[in-house]
Amino acid sequence: MLYREAGQFKATYQEDQQIFPIRQDRVGMAVILAFFFAAVPLIASEYWLQAILIPVLIFSLAAIGLNILTGYAGQLSLGSAAFMAVGAFGAYNFMLRIDGMPFLLAVVLGGLCAAVVGVAFGLPSLRIKGFYLAVATLAAQFFIVWALVKFSWFSNYSSSGVISAQEVNILGFAFDTPILKYLLTLAIVAVLALLAKNLVRSATGRRWMAVRDMDVAAEVIGIRPMRAKLSAFAVSSFYCGVAGALYAYTYLGTVEPEGFNLDLSFKILFMIIIGGVGSMLGSFLGAAFIVLLPIFLNVSMHTMFGDSLPAGLGSNLELIVFGGLIIFFLIVEPHGLARLWALAKDKLRLWPFPH
Amino acid sequence: MGFFFEVLIGGLLSGVLYALVALGFVLIYKASGVFNFAQGAMVFFAALTFVGFKELLPGWTGLEESSVVVFWLAFALALASMVVLGILTEKVVLRPLVNQPHITLFMATIGLTFLVEGIAQAIWGANVRGLDLGITDEPIEWILDSADMIVSKFDVFAAALAGILVASLALFFQYTKVGRALRAVADDHQAALSIGIPLQHIWAIVWAVAGFVALVAGLIWGARSGVQFALTFTALKALPVLILGGFTSVPGAIVGGLIIGASEKLAEVYIGPMVGGGIEGWFPYMLALFFLLVRPEGLFGEKHIDRV
Amino acid sequence: MKLKQTALIGAAIASMLVSGYAAAQEQFIGLPSYRVGPYGSNGASLYGGWIDYMAMVNARDGGVNGVKLTWEECETEYNNARGVECYERLKNKGPTGNSVFQPLSTGITYSVLEKVAQDKIPMVTIGYGRTDAADGSVFPWVFPMVTTYWSQASAIVNYIGTKAGGMDKLKGKKIGLLYHDSAYGKESHAIMDKLAEKHGFEVQKVAVAHPGNEQQAQWLQIRQQKPDYVILWGWGVMNATALRTAAKTGYSRDKIIGVWWSGSEEDAIPAGDAAKGFVAAGFNVAGANYPVIKDIQTNVYAKNAGNMEDKERVGSVLYNRGVVHGIITVEAIRTAQEKFGKGKPMTGEQMRWGFEHLDLDGKRLAALGAAGFMPDLKISCRDHEGAGKVKFQQWDGSKWKVVTDWIEADKPLVRGMIEESAAAYAKEKGITPRDCSKEM
Repeated sequence: MLYREAGQFKATYQEDQQIFPIRQDRVGMAVILAFFFAAVPLIASEYWLQAILIPVLIFSLAAIGLNILTGYAGQLSLGSAAFMAVGAFGAYNFMLRIDGMPFLLAVVLGGLCAAVVGVAFGLPSLRIKGFYLAVATLAAQFFIVWALVKFSWFSNYSSSGVISAQEVNILGFAFDTPILKYLLTLAIVAVLALLAKNLVRSATGRRWMAVRDMDVAAEVIGIRPMRAKLSAFAVSSFYCGVAGALYAYTYLGTVEPEGFNLDLSFKILFMIIIGGVGSMLGSFLGAAFIVLLPIFLNVSMHTMFGDSLPAGLGSNLELIVFGGLIIFFLIVEPHGLARLWALAKDKLRLWPFPH
Repeated sequence: MGFFFEVLIGGLLSGVLYALVALGFVLIYKASGVFNFAQGAMVFFAALTFVGFKELLPGWTGLEESSVVVFWLAFALALASMVVLGILTEKVVLRPLVNQPHITLFMATIGLTFLVEGIAQAIWGANVRGLDLGITDEPIEWILDSADMIVSKFDVFAAALAGILVASLALFFQYTKVGRALRAVADDHQAALSIGIPLQHIWAIVWAVAGFVALVAGLIWGARSGVQFALTFTALKALPVLILGGFTSVPGAIVGGLIIGASEKLAEVYIGPMVGGGIEGWFPYMLALFFLLVRPEGLFGEKHIDRV
Repeated sequence: MKLKQTALIGAAIASMLVSGYAAAQEQFIGLPSYRVGPYGSNGASLYGGWIDYMAMVNARDGGVNGVKLTWEECETEYNNARGVECYERLKNKGPTGNSVFQPLSTGITYSVLEKVAQDKIPMVTIGYGRTDAADGSVFPWVFPMVTTYWSQASAIVNYIGTKAGGMDKLKGKKIGLLYHDSAYGKESHAIMDKLAEKHGFEVQKVAVAHPGNEQQAQWLQIRQQKPDYVILWGWGVMNATALRTAAKTGYSRDKIIGVWWSGSEEDAIPAGDAAKGFVAAGFNVAGANYPVIKDIQTNVYAKNAGNMEDKERVGSVLYNRGVVHGIITVEAIRTAQEKFGKGKPMTGEQMRWGFEHLDLDGKRLAALGAAGFMPDLKISCRDHEGAGKVKFQQWDGSKWKVVTDWIEADKPLVRGMIEESAAAYAKEKGITPRDCSKEM
């Protein structure tokens, strides 16, 4: 009843090709954006902003990055965290070494550094496929983190190899409270997510998908796999790099290279699998799920058992439930949370009068 | 020059230990096409279960902890646990996921990793434990005296064990009925099913065998670094071996292990100091990567032909 | 979908967060612990000791001047993002908020370094964390207490000096530094280079890639270079593997000197016989014979309470280190109460004052039953480190035996480096250091 597209006629190509062709989607999107931009800062506590919303947004961005590569271009990567590290350290060095460097430009440049590194490590994808490629991307993961620790130049010769993000200042306006940091993160993520959404429906995106579905066939119909694959690596790494820069600047403040370890890469991979491979919405849902689930488990363990449980057992139970739920989700809905939304949408179209 | 050979031999022997872990991956990938990331966790689980039973058994049976009977009983019990774990994995995790894309199965095994790690520590506690197999990790003296080279008794023992394991597995795959069925399943699930090979049985067998390999690997690695959570990291050492040797080849795991072990040690000793050391973490991966550029399916992997 | 899901989970969590605000006479201590993951066994011992000590204070004395200690754990898995979440979650609990944040992870320390100053919650990092935070004029809210990494390195060199027969004998000696190739391990470089320059020895740095479960190449290098001593700067599985591989390559273990994160039962037991003779530094010692541990036994474990799953580990190095955490936390509360009112829960700001005026001299330590258990400690506005000395213990195959008295670091040298580094940080961040002569 509410979600029905009947009667929405498209008279021009432009209308037909717009990013949200259905009016309800446009309205829904506007409402969601308004909610997160206007309402959330008013109602969310500092805990929610700093410990949950900001990381969820940042991880969503990283998940979008990985989703472009894995979900749209079909190249499995286990090195996303390393590209985040490149972005973080890149932005830091641009801010540090160039006087008067605008923050946003530094973030973009950090992302571009990640893109360049991403392309370099994406080169093998032209010959290597599947799990062989996945394991090969681990080379990026380990090498980049090693290089950032080893060469002190990256961390401005700090004795312990950590970088401490400079103040975020845009046009003389300091983003120093959790609310402002949240809004800044949200704005960047929203813009990039919309860009990504648009990109994957463009010719580039269709090329990626063709390569994903079968690269030999794509080649036959005249798509250059090299350009498609490398552009996917570049865009994906750019997104991860920007996410990494935000991770350093709006979330943690001080980061060490080891923070971007293999576990983080896996976490991002989890996000897209649980959220939905090849879905923008899935990236957000997956990030929210993976960030919230362990916290939820930890809190509920404490609430349910209090001190009655032996201390170590509680933490292990959390781990067991976490692993179990992942498997459960994969079995129940292998296409991810985004698929549930798609199903709901189909139902909504007919509701309240199904066949 | 003596130093070079010392490093080389040490590397080759370490490589065999990597191969031992890689073997578990190969078995499962070969039979079910699943890249089982939980292999590292299984190694940890196996070793912890073994040590746990070894501590408990004297209390149950009244035997000395150091006695041979306790050792083999603990081994049997740990093996039984691994078989149960393997069968449960097949039933609960894999069977519902038949025909899903590989990446989904891969993620399921990462979920399994958390599960297995959690269960292992929930049962046996997080304590770090020592493990003594009765073979000291000391240099063989006559080699040390005559050539001033260090070759560890323990490493030689482990290498021999791994060699026997690989040889018997290769024979098992090649000449037994189950082995043939395994290869058939690996080639094509559907075709294997259609000629009446019980897919589920085969998978259960493979997971059980992988559990056995994990137990052996867990004992060897546990004896070297103690039985602790870090045993799960052995998987990271095995992955480059895996891609170098090919996901589907048992001898490939051994050859890959030898190459990775030797070159990683030589690189750390000869290239490491130039760039500040610590390159062992990524060097094997880089090596495997460059190797793959030449042979995209690994040394012994099956050549993949794309058809449109 | 996103909205709905967020709202649902949000409501669930929110309802759980608002559980049990109790009576006012309670001092809340948030414990960002880790009991799973690669370092879970370390975390379990450490937080176990700490919790047991607080439970003992509650049971024996009824709290601190009548203020009960309450605490809640939050699992961080040694992961920075989880650590930040725990920090935020624990921040406002209890009647006066979290009194002190001690994450036992250098990564988490860095992640909340700037937040603690804004939220006015003191952060105490005992034996880890940011070394130059020992300069309290630049880092008022951070207390890298007892001994910093740099003091430890210097004390180890002093110990090697006494073993060699005098500091002048170090000239021309070679000292190997086997370090965990990470931010933590790199922390040793600057100080060791400086010490090498001062005493005329040579440092041979050998990196071990994380996690360090394979060290054949490193020890063959050491065997070739033949350093006189090897400092083991390890963490986790790297330590046991180092000792095993040293045995394999014939390097004498009594020439290996570990840092305090290498010298616990968790490191020595898995190495088996290979650990025999290994010496390690520590700002606390092992053993259950100290009155404070006995008090825990009688007041907590005898009553079937107690946090440790494995009672055998009571009195182990890391357990006792947890007790040190407990002692320092409780004594800071006591110090703060003496100034701001006995029998009242202290706020974060008052706690900070308590930490900054902490003075655990020999007499006080003896009264606490911890004489010889930890060094005497005096914190001031300028000096947030306090002690800067360590004892050395040797593993005899089954337990740690103390082999030296407290060995001091080269204080002027370490202090100079700390001030230099802190000043650089202050400059980068635009912080004006406070004037310690005006503080009281």
